[in-house]
Formats: sequence, structure tokens, C-alpha cells
Amino acid sequence: MATSRETAANKRSSSKSGPARRTSGGAKKAATPDQGQSDLIRKPPEIAKFTTEEDSQAYRDMLLIRRFEEKAGQLYGRGLIGGFCHLYIGQEAVVTGVQMVLKEGDQVITAYRDHGHMLATGMDPKGVMAELTGRRGGYSKGKGGSMHMFSRDKHFYGGHGIVGAQVSLGTGLAFANRYRGNDNLCCTYFGDGAANQGQVYESFNMASLWDLPVIYIIENNQYAMGTSVTRSSAETHFNQRGVSFRIPGMEVDGMDVRAVKAAAEEAAEFVRGGNGPIILEMKTYRYRGHSMSDPAKYRSKEEVDKMKDREHDPIERVKARLIDGGMSEEDVKAIDKEIRGVINEAAEFAQNDPEPDPSELWTDIYAEDGSEAA
Amino acid sequence: MTIEITMPALSPTMEEGNLAKWLKAVGDKIEPGEVIAEIETDKATMEVEAADEGTLGKIVVDEGTENVKVNSVIAILLEEGEDDSALEGAGPSANGAASADADDTGGKTEAASDERETPAEGKVHPEPKKPEPSSLPEVPEGTEMVQTTVREALRDAMAEEMRNDDRVFVMGEEVAEYQGAYKVTQGLLDEFGARRVVDTPITEHGFAGVGVGAAMAGLRPIVEFMTFNFAMQAIDHIINSAAKTRYMAGGEMGSPVVFRGPNGAAARVAAQHSQDYAAWYSHVPGLKVIQPYSAADAKGLLKAAIRDPNPIVFLENEILYGQSFDVPKMDDFVLPIGKARIHRSGKDVTLVSFGIGMTYAIKAADELAEMGIDAEVIDLRTIRPMDLDTVIESVKKTNRLITIEEGFPQSSVGDYIANQVQRRAFDYLDAPVISIAGKDVPMPYAANLEKLALPNVGEVIEAVKAVTYKD
Repeated sequence: MATSRETAANKRSSSKSGPARRTSGGAKKAATPDQGQSDLIRKPPEIAKFTTEEDSQAYRDMLLIRRFEEKAGQLYGRGLIGGFCHLYIGQEAVVTGVQMVLKEGDQVITAYRDHGHMLATGMDPKGVMAELTGRRGGYSKGKGGSMHMFSRDKHFYGGHGIVGAQVSLGTGLAFANRYRGNDNLCCTYFGDGAANQGQVYESFNMASLWDLPVIYIIENNQYAMGTSVTRSSAETHFNQRGVSFRIPGMEVDGMDVRAVKAAAEEAAEFVRGGNGPIILEMKTYRYRGHSMSDPAKYRSKEEVDKMKDREHDPIERVKARLIDGGMSEEDVKAIDKEIRGVINEAAEFAQNDPEPDPSELWTDIYAEDGSEAA
Repeated sequence: MTIEITMPALSPTMEEGNLAKWLKAVGDKIEPGEVIAEIETDKATMEVEAADEGTLGKIVVDEGTENVKVNSVIAILLEEGEDDSALEGAGPSANGAASADADDTGGKTEAASDERETPAEGKVHPEPKKPEPSSLPEVPEGTEMVQTTVREALRDAMAEEMRNDDRVFVMGEEVAEYQGAYKVTQGLLDEFGARRVVDTPITEHGFAGVGVGAAMAGLRPIVEFMTFNFAMQAIDHIINSAAKTRYMAGGEMGSPVVFRGPNGAAARVAAQHSQDYAAWYSHVPGLKVIQPYSAADAKGLLKAAIRDPNPIVFLENEILYGQSFDVPKMDDFVLPIGKARIHRSGKDVTLVSFGIGMTYAIKAADELAEMGIDAEVIDLRTIRPMDLDTVIESVKKTNRLITIEEGFPQSSVGDYIANQVQRRAFDYLDAPVISIAGKDVPMPYAANLEKLALPNVGEVIEAVKAVTYKD
């Protein structure tokens, strides 16, 4: 009798080196196994001063998110918004600072605390608010709700309700950029809670292996739902979570929009340079509970108040700079008034827009052949 | 006593292979563990190692011989002290199942050898008969037919679509350099390069999500799972990310991705590797679920799946990969998703099946014909959306229905069909609908138990007799 042993199934085409192979040995990738990991743990760049225009823009953008979320909280309290509603209040600087460095075609994807990301990409507050109230003018015709909205036009890819799923999906968006050979990157946002999901590391591995243009932005707001990072994470320095995959990371003050922008700028340059992914850990804080139904008893009022004060609050910090820089109180108030106007209009629309037609129950389950845009 | 060297099996489903090369000549001394020959299958090449010490006395199967049955004698080894005279009586005449004489492999009984010759007997499915001409209405009369394996048909479908559309790419474990764990992607790397034929790490959850993300961005990924058993790791992305996105997005965004790979019981791989997911995925709105039986359907439907703007679960079967069928020679052979195929017309009873279940249905129909029972056999081809109209039209004619599948019985595809038929054609039924499924047990390993766990032709015939009130 004979035994058998499987050998190489077929001739190996070792000469092939397509996108599945490293193309360059950049500083990050050149490390040998016994070399230290110091090159992977990066210092954040110097914080560049903002021009008055930049501060003014950041102020508007962050205030829009803050006022939107406050309004959403009110509407929720009145029973006009159902289900889950996760507010972004306190974290506005993160998405605002990152968005300042993106260019046309760069993609954004996040989980369910997503209203801020949508507004930052330029999605219409009316459409977002109407989705929260489940009306036909909502971005998803009222069928997605707070956690599920998308905009091809603004390159916003959701809005995902499964913790960590957006990390694999965002890696796929970056894969598409690489496949097409364009210069775009994908900003993949997730929280300190999602950072413990297995698929995050599966995605890190592939993104690094294939040098995919993705910035992983970990919004460390200190709590995975009600569990503090120290109780849920063996390694709380999330910027180091990519070390095993040779992905560099930096820790960023996510409460300072200038620090966020500076780090995002460096990250975007790194990623667009074909060096593969990078991690930005944004140290931030959410002022509200995990969702509207969370009374947040797991932390003290003092802790929250400390973050909300003028020294920490991302919006107050910009406002102080604007006034220091010579902007009058009246001018600042004018911005506030304008933003309130936009939000009130959105809330008005979201309350008066009709619910979806019952026939919508049966639409958008399948695309017809040929209807799918590229 | 001479020692017979037999054709080894590379996998439980391998039935034959080619003897590519002899590395030893008659008269050569052979040590245990020495590589003596190379054999190849459509899936892989392998080396044959000697298990015993001796001198190569006779080469029974010459190199270059194709389709050598597993366990047939390929050479004879002389033990120490033996010479050519010992060869008398040995040779091709002693072919077939390893004889008791050759049973020197340590405890291997003749029965076990038989088992190897017909690997996992329960899994030896009846030879396919040519489908009736009417079963491929999409094919113009006079079209040349080419005998093609399901494996080749699937590969051709992918290659053709990749040639037509640069957005189409394949990703999965071992799809590129290894040429596919089951060789379905053979040759694609050579033609399309590593940009479009992407080997992934063993991370189903992650790469399924990457595929869905790439689809959201407008590419047309074909995500291969080495088997659908491993897609359990990725099922969140198949259902939550792929199937539901279009609805949740109000039509703003979809994910045109094809998840494909072998599904269902292979042979002798036990519970975690033997499961039919047809019923699972058919449950989910937003997905289309295709499970072809023939090579023509595999090709035409995979091409349609790749072009379809919706997420598709395309369930193949390892045992069918090597089976050959007529495939029409056409520039662009695409079949409609969601259309059943009448494999055989009949008037007495309707047998509905899909995928490998068709092998039981066809064989049963043949045997029933000999008993004077004229069965109509319908191949669903697509599980979702399901072509119930074709089933109901048939039931209106035959008044009797049996469904056949390998999956578990509770909430099976057949149960759904039975429910729909009793609602839409109750007055036409002359007997209860019987759904035949795999047994309600995890798949056992032992050959005899495995056979018991799967449906069989006898069950189908018994069910038909029951609903036609024969003996």
C-alpha cells in the first residue's frame, strides 16, 4: 500500500506581485522582528494655530452638531424619535477636525453614534432629523432611523448598528480605492468598545498586509456603553492596538479641534503616500449617556462637569479663541442664532413631514437589474 | 508474498485520478516513505509514498494513464527474497478493491478498503442523466453542447464576467496562488493577476466585511468561502451588512456582492463541515439564494449573480464539482435568477429539489418509471426568490408533491414549499405533501451513520408510493 502527501497543488506563480504584496518598504514596514516598536507609537504633531477663518468654520461646524443633538434629545423626550438615539455631544471636535483635511471622494464610515459624522460630511440636517423622526423625507425614507443613513453624494457609508462591523466595511471601502488606483482614503471611525471586537484585528491585518488607504479613528470616549475602558480593555492605549500588525498610531487630544486637524493631516499624508493604514486614538468624552435611555449612573456628575467646563469643552475652547482674536460677542451670537435657525428649520421639517407611504414597506429590498449606479 | 501498491485517494470525495509520473523503475529498491510516483486530480497534484520496503517488481498502470480508479493496483512490490516468479497471478487481474492478500496495511479490513474505493458510500450520487431539451429554453436550437464539469463551469463564469467588467474581482482563502482549495478558481490568477484574484488571510468575518465594503463602494466582489461552514464566522456581514443595507438606506446604497463556495455535506467530514445552509439564507429578505445542480445552471446562474445588483448567496456542492454536464457553447450564456427548471415532465407526482438533492430525485424518478409511476422533477435552482408558480402549476397537474433536500428538517425549504402549496393549491392536492430532508441530527462521521443521516432514493420512492397510494 502507499500513503500520500499533498504537495503544492499547482505551479506557484511567485513572480506575481499585485496589490496583495507590499510595494514599498516604508519606514514603518522596514522594521525587522527584533527591532523595537518605537516607530509604531508616534507622537502627535505640533498643534498648528488656526486662522480666524478656520476657527470660525470649526465653531460653526461643531455648534451645528451640538445644537442638532440637543434638539434630537428634546424631540426624543417628546416621543417624536423612537428606538435608540445616541448623541455625539462632547465629541464634536473629532469629526470636525478630521473632516477639515479630507478631499472630494474620501469616504467616511462609522457606527451608530453617527449624526455628527453625517452633518460633518455636509449631509442636510433636515434629512437627518427627518430620518430620526421616521419620516419620508429622511435620508433613508424613514426606514433606517438614527443608526442607518447613507449618502453616496457625500461619501458617507453609514451608520451601522453592529459594533465593529463598520471597521471591516471601511477597510473594504479603502480596498476599493486601492483597487481603482485613486488617491482617496477612508476614515473608519469606531469607539473604545468596538476596539475589542475580533473583526477589528482581522481588518487591521488585511489593511496593513495590502497597504490600504484607511485611517482608523478610535473615538475613545472612555465608556463602552456603561463599562469604563479600564474595566473592559486590557490595553487602554488604543493607539498601540495596531502594533501587532505594524500599524502606527498616535494619541490625540480629541477635545481640541486643532490637535485633531493636525493629526488627521499627518495621517492623511501618510495614508495617501501608500504607506498603509494608521490609527488615531482620539481622547474624547461624551457628555450624555450611551443612548437616550441611559441615565449614566456609572460615572459621577463631577467627572462629567469637569469635561464640560470652559477649559475642556471643544466648542467653548474655540469660542474663547475667537473672542480673544477679536471677534465681538455680537458676531459670535449671530453665528449661534444662525445655527439655531438651521436646526429649528430641520426640527420643524422633521415633525411636519409625513410618514412614509405604507407602500414603502415593500420597496428597496432588492434593486432591479441594471438600476445600480457604479 | 507480494505487496500491491494501490491508487491513493487525495480526499474523501476523490474517485479517480491520473498517474502522472513514475519516479521509480522496475528493479529499483524502495524504502518506506520514498516518493515513487506522482498522481494528479482536477484539484491537485500529489506524491505517492511507499509504505513498505521492497523492490519494484511490476508497474501495472503506466505513467500518463488517466482516470485510474482509487484503490486499483498500480504496481507490485517484491518483498525481500522474492523474485519475478512471485508476480505470477498478481497484476491487473487482481484489480479493484484491495484484495485480502494485499491487506497488509495494519488492521485495514476488506470492508474498509471497499469503503475507500467508493468514498463515503452514502455520498455516491446517481449519475446525472441528460436534462430534457426543454429544460434550457434560453438556448437556441442547434447550439453545440460541451461536456463540462461544474467546477469548470463556475470558473468559466467568473472568468467571462471578469473579462467583461473590471469591477469584478475574486477574494478568499487560497483562491489565487493555490488555485482554489477546490480548484474552482484555477487559472484565474494567471489571467487576471493578483489585483483581481486576492488571497486573504483566514479571517472570514473580516474579509466578508471587506467584500461588502468594496461592493458598497461600487466594485463587484466575488467572495469565496472555502466552505459555507466557515461563513458562519461571517454571517453577520452577509445578513446585517449586505442583505439589509439597501432597505435601511432607503435605496441609497446597496452591496452587489456574490458569496460563493461549497455548501452542504461533503463526505466523511462530520458535523462542523457538513451542513446545508439553503434554508438559513433563504429566510433573509434582501438576499438572493441560488443553489444549482447542473454545470449549465452553475455557469448561467453564476454569471447572472455576478451581474445582479443585489447580494447573492451562491451555494455550490463539493461532490457535484467533478460531475460533467452538457453546457451550451454560447458567447454569453446567462440564466434568469428565480426560475425553476422542469428537469423531467411527468403526470403522477411532482418531485421538487435543488442542488445535490436533485441526484436523489432523478434517480427515484428513473426507478419510479420502471414501476409505472410517471414523476415530474423540478429543479428549483434558486431558493430565493422562489419560483413557486412552476411548482404549483405542476401540482395542479400531478396532485401530489414530494420535496427533497439534504438540510435539516425543521423549518426546511421543503416545509416552506408545503406551506405555500397548501395555501395556494389545497384543492388540487390528493395527498399530504411530504418533505424529505436530512435527519434531525448533527452529521456523524462514521460511513454507515453518515449514510443514514442523509436522504436516500428509497425514502423518495416510499414517499411517492405513499402519496400515490401504491401498495
